[in-house]
Amino acid sequence: MRTICLYFQVHQPFRFRRYRFFDIGNDHYYYDDYANESILNKVAQKCYLPANELMLELIKKHKGRFKVAYSLSGIAMDQFRLYAPEVLDSFKQLAQTGSVEFLSETYAHSLSSLKGREEFERQVRAHDLLIKEHFGQEPTVFRNTELIYSDEIGAMVADMGFKAMLTEGAKHVLGWKSPNYLYCNAIKPKLKLLLKNFKLSDDIAFRFSNKGWPEYPLTAAKYVNWLNQTPQKEEVINLFMDYETFGEHQWKETGIFEFLRALPASVFKRSPFTFSTPSEVSSELQVVSAVNVPHPISWADEERDLTAWLGNEMQHEAFNKLYSLGEKVHACGDEEIRQDYDYMQVSDHFYYMSTKFFSDGEVHSYFNPYDTPYEAFINYMNVLSDFEIRVNAAVDSKTDDDIARLSKIIKEKDEQLEKLEKLFATKQKTAPGRTAAPKTPSKTKSTSTVKKVPAATKKSAETKTTAAARKRPTGKKS
Amino acid sequence: MRVLMFGWEFPPHISGGLGTACFGLTRGMSVIPNLDILFVVPRAYGDEDQTRIRVMGAADVSLDLRKMKDHHFLNDLSYIEVNSNIVPYTSPEEYEELVNKAEASGKRLVETSMGGKINFTGKYGRNLYEEITNYALVAGEIALKEHFDIIHSHDWLTFPAGIAAKRASGKPLVIHVHATDFDRSGGKVNPGVFEIEKRGMELADKIITVSNLTRNTVIEKYGIHPDKVVTVYNAVDPISDQEKLQLKRGITDKVVTFLGRITLQKGPEYFVQAAHKVLQKMDNVRFVMAGSGEMLEKMIHWTASLGITDRFHFTGFLKGDDVFRMFSISDVYVMPSVSEPFGISPLEAMQSNVPSIISHQSGVAEILNYAFKVDFWDVDALADAIYGLLNYPSLSVMFKKHGVAEVNEMKWENSGKKVHSIYKEFVQ
Repeated sequence: MRTICLYFQVHQPFRFRRYRFFDIGNDHYYYDDYANESILNKVAQKCYLPANELMLELIKKHKGRFKVAYSLSGIAMDQFRLYAPEVLDSFKQLAQTGSVEFLSETYAHSLSSLKGREEFERQVRAHDLLIKEHFGQEPTVFRNTELIYSDEIGAMVADMGFKAMLTEGAKHVLGWKSPNYLYCNAIKPKLKLLLKNFKLSDDIAFRFSNKGWPEYPLTAAKYVNWLNQTPQKEEVINLFMDYETFGEHQWKETGIFEFLRALPASVFKRSPFTFSTPSEVSSELQVVSAVNVPHPISWADEERDLTAWLGNEMQHEAFNKLYSLGEKVHACGDEEIRQDYDYMQVSDHFYYMSTKFFSDGEVHSYFNPYDTPYEAFINYMNVLSDFEIRVNAAVDSKTDDDIARLSKIIKEKDEQLEKLEKLFATKQKTAPGRTAAPKTPSKTKSTSTVKKVPAATKKSAETKTTAAARKRPTGKKS
Repeated sequence: MRVLMFGWEFPPHISGGLGTACFGLTRGMSVIPNLDILFVVPRAYGDEDQTRIRVMGAADVSLDLRKMKDHHFLNDLSYIEVNSNIVPYTSPEEYEELVNKAEASGKRLVETSMGGKINFTGKYGRNLYEEITNYALVAGEIALKEHFDIIHSHDWLTFPAGIAAKRASGKPLVIHVHATDFDRSGGKVNPGVFEIEKRGMELADKIITVSNLTRNTVIEKYGIHPDKVVTVYNAVDPISDQEKLQLKRGITDKVVTFLGRITLQKGPEYFVQAAHKVLQKMDNVRFVMAGSGEMLEKMIHWTASLGITDRFHFTGFLKGDDVFRMFSISDVYVMPSVSEPFGISPLEAMQSNVPSIISHQSGVAEILNYAFKVDFWDVDALADAIYGLLNYPSLSVMFKKHGVAEVNEMKWENSGKKVHSIYKEFVQ
């Protein structure tokens, strides 16, 4: 069997507004609604809607033989719901064809896989719930943010019950091996790995409209010819790319939609290849070997590593500071805070702080709302400073609530105790032979709780004012 | 190849950025084999007898030709001083000092520091142009006597000299624009100066500007064809560790420094506004405005009315080593210039490990990556940058780590080579 696995990534970050230091503690709204809405609508018009329409057309035309897979970040789905519900509807239509697979990823398109299991699992679960809600699918294949992968991350994903995962066919990992086979995780071999064929993927995603490229212009016939030139034994060509390739990175005028329209027919006519979804690939093909990836890889830049997000001091400071708040965020139980925490984790924020490409920052600057990485950093840290204040205040007020609740319990117990004592006293009078044993544990328990109270109530008195000062501005989306 | 170069000042009498730049450039060019420079400067320091210039006629030029011995130079540099009574100055203090001397001796004063405002007193105004013309006459004489292949003039005061030399010899003329009157005057150009600048640019065969910012000014404001204007960035000499003077910090507060002339061009008011904003949010920070200038008093009054004088300090004019001492206790350096053709001071700050915030309206912003850039008028952005550098440590760490290396990459040898390649367009 020779097959093509098409997978597209759909993601848009919630961009921050220009948040100055004097906003810290005063204004808790962080988002640039105008930019977010207008960019999303622009991309929806240029890419998501026409591309989805074309996919639907191709799926219908080829009667189930043409298949694709998507992963939509939770953040992107949130934005569709807010700004362009018709995009979500068109994805639902695609889901109904049965030829489209939706993959799992982190809800916030985050780098949480690098920060331990708890937050990562929480986000993956949250994302999968959304996928189930919108598309009625329960993802079995996982795709991490920016195709970030390592043996450990793979093992974690395997533990969570996924059967396969997508990542980059990075040269420094594969060496002489070809990405065009099914591989597996080095620690947990039951997790299959689909590796991106970056040459053939990037021919479409990056080089398609480059007039300086010797292969320009790229036609479907020529592309199928390349597919046919791959060694006969190789089983799967994994073409993974940003969905925005169609109409946004490569404009409509470049002929990218015509290329896509012609591709399936050309594949069926001129080659033995079929189309498969990632879960089909992982269940139908045999694993040829494990891949060792001790250090995390990604699909970004020439290096295929993490340096675009975690390459300099600023990125590390912001990243570590953010995740240091995680415990408190979940302890405080405030829904708005948890949402902001998710939106702050979006990998794009860290990407904006990259200083890697001072010389040739073309790709980076294209996606970047900031003029310099320093502005991105300061803006982020200002937001984070305010967020930290809110989190601390919320944790304190939660403590206040807890204390109030506990005090109430103590009061009730004390009253109960008093009653029982009275009862006991009267009963003792009537039946002097009985011991007081059953009552003792409840008494010691209540006194030990009482002891804790003074210290805690003192703290609550101090922090009540900050908690009261925390007020969220209205006008925010629901 | 032999170059006849007209400057305004040269070691040991350096008074401003122009002299430093000329010195650095000629030194950078001295490593190029078979390239000789004949440097001509007016001399009007100390007690030169100013009667000599009055008697100077076209055939009676008083010239001192001497050889510069400098260990930096591979070849000896031929160096000519022309007697003149135009005195360059850079600081208002120096100006005051020189005015007193000059009034006794009848000398004229003119500021030639890059970006310095041409500020000669009214009663000498007419004579300044005479001086420039005299210098040009001398230049013509030299051009007839000396053998050379190309002429290179630095800034407007020497443009007429360059033109005269070109007329006399027929050799190509390159003019070097370190600043225009638009930078110095904040838009209100002196028509006489503008005329000299424009004429120089028009008659030159090639124009070198110190930044693309200045290049655009030359093209747009003076109507020069873009093909004729080339940017050659300035550089800076590396400082050794011994030269980095350390001053013991007497305070635990962070220090944010503005260092430069307190004039409209340097944007001191934006610094005060930003300081005011930052001080509303932080109390462990102090702001220092080092330098003097026509807006100093206004700034003092303003900080007083804002009620921030307990956190905002004025040092007056800082000279020589004091500059590096100031840097050694600074956490952030700010250059909010409204118009800065190049701007060497952030490079000096960075060499001293001080993270810098510079305006987009400075030439040096075009070549620095490890500095924070803001628009001079965007006080919120400036305040935010200061706050960020003081509160989020990794930013300073990055700037310190990479800044020195970045600045040290800017070598005068490279600038020299670029100038040489421009010469070669005209001389085989």
